[in-house]
Amino acid sequence: MAKRVKIRVFRYNPAHDTDARYDEFEVEAERWTTVLDALLYIKAHKDHSIALRYSCRMASCGSCGMLINGIPRLACYTKVYELGSDVVTCRPLPNFPIIRDLAADFTAFFAKHKSMKPYIINEVAESIDGREFIQKPEEVEKYLQFSYCIKCGLCYAACPTVATDRRFPGPQALAQMYRYLIDSRDKATDERLRIVDDRHGVWRCHFAGSCSMVCPKGVDPALGIQLLRAYLLGMNRDSKVVAELYRREPK
Amino acid sequence: MVRESSIMKIHYYTGLAAIVLVAIHILFRLTVPEGYSASLEYENVIANYKNISYSLVLELILVTVAIHGFNGLRVILLELRQGDGWESAVKWLCIAGAVAVIVYGTRTILLASMMG
Ligand code: HEM
Ligand code: SF4
Ligand code: FES
Repeated sequence: MAKRVKIRVFRYNPAHDTDARYDEFEVEAERWTTVLDALLYIKAHKDHSIALRYSCRMASCGSCGMLINGIPRLACYTKVYELGSDVVTCRPLPNFPIIRDLAADFTAFFAKHKSMKPYIINEVAESIDGREFIQKPEEVEKYLQFSYCIKCGLCYAACPTVATDRRFPGPQALAQMYRYLIDSRDKATDERLRIVDDRHGVWRCHFAGSCSMVCPKGVDPALGIQLLRAYLLGMNRDSKVVAELYRREPK
Repeated sequence: MVRESSIMKIHYYTGLAAIVLVAIHILFRLTVPEGYSASLEYENVIANYKNISYSLVLELILVTVAIHGFNGLRVILLELRQGDGWESAVKWLCIAGAVAVIVYGTRTILLASMMG
């Protein structure tokens, strides 16, 4: 059964608006209508000037994050019905500069991610010539959940430290640092620890845990940060043994 | 440069030490034969300072809480605002504040223990 809901869309263009406003639209929502469906319907039929970012429509690309009824969520992964309200308010993600309307600027967010060197660092990997790293299932499990991150920025938008400390890398970047640190193929342990052991680094997390509450991919960035911190304090150093290259013999 | 992890280790150790030391300090008061409220009488308070282990606990509380408190303040101020000038001012102000509190408090403890 369809129901009529009011969608309130945040409108602001920093280039020429002095104030932000909300535009309101009535739409029919079916049980399967997502907030992104509703917004795209409005864009197609009511006001095509609304700016928003999206691509995959299936919680994979990480581009449709916005504040929906006060909580950072993926618009394509949030059904209007599940919000349990006849009013749906959409705002751009907090802790990000606004480009226009619902589109937030991810430049600083991606730069912080990049500063964590989110790739395997190991000179042996350069000369692999038919050999491969062998990882035990337990070694894969150490980083697997963190590798599900789609860089949607919801955790970054939810983080109270990011809100006040603009030099803090944020939950996404720090969880990715742990993901590569604990990967047995990676050798740059000391280099990685030096990057996060900073005045504005991993110590500025106060374990509010809001990052893990909002992550749409089941990543627990708060856990990654605590594990990274524990590693720095020398508590789980023996949990990593750097893998070696093996040549798999043909059977 | 001191690593942030070293500073935070000190922060956690002084925080935990403060809990233990303050507990000992309160136990000192509760276990005096005259009872808790009598222990707060002026003469008894001054007399306490003559007890070397009591004064030592006070001095340790002073040092641990000053270091922990001013570092806590540094953390709060660093998160409040960023910028190289601000951050180095915060660092030096907090070091100076901790030193000043420790010096002034130690002076008070010494004076009280020497009072006739
Ligand atoms: C003098 C004023 C104080 C200030 C400004 C202060 C500030 C702080 C701050 C900001 C933290 C959080 C550190 C972080 O998560 O990065 C902290 C942690 C802690 N404080 Fe204090 N503190 C004070 C006094 C005390 C006292 C008197 C005690 C004990 C009796 C204490 C025990 C602790 C402990 C055990 C922690 C570690 C727990 C945690 O990290 O969340 N603090 N303090
Ligand atoms: S950790 Fe989760 S919420 Fe944060 S960017 Fe990655 S997928 Fe998004
Ligand atoms: S459109 Fe790709 S995650 Fe929502």
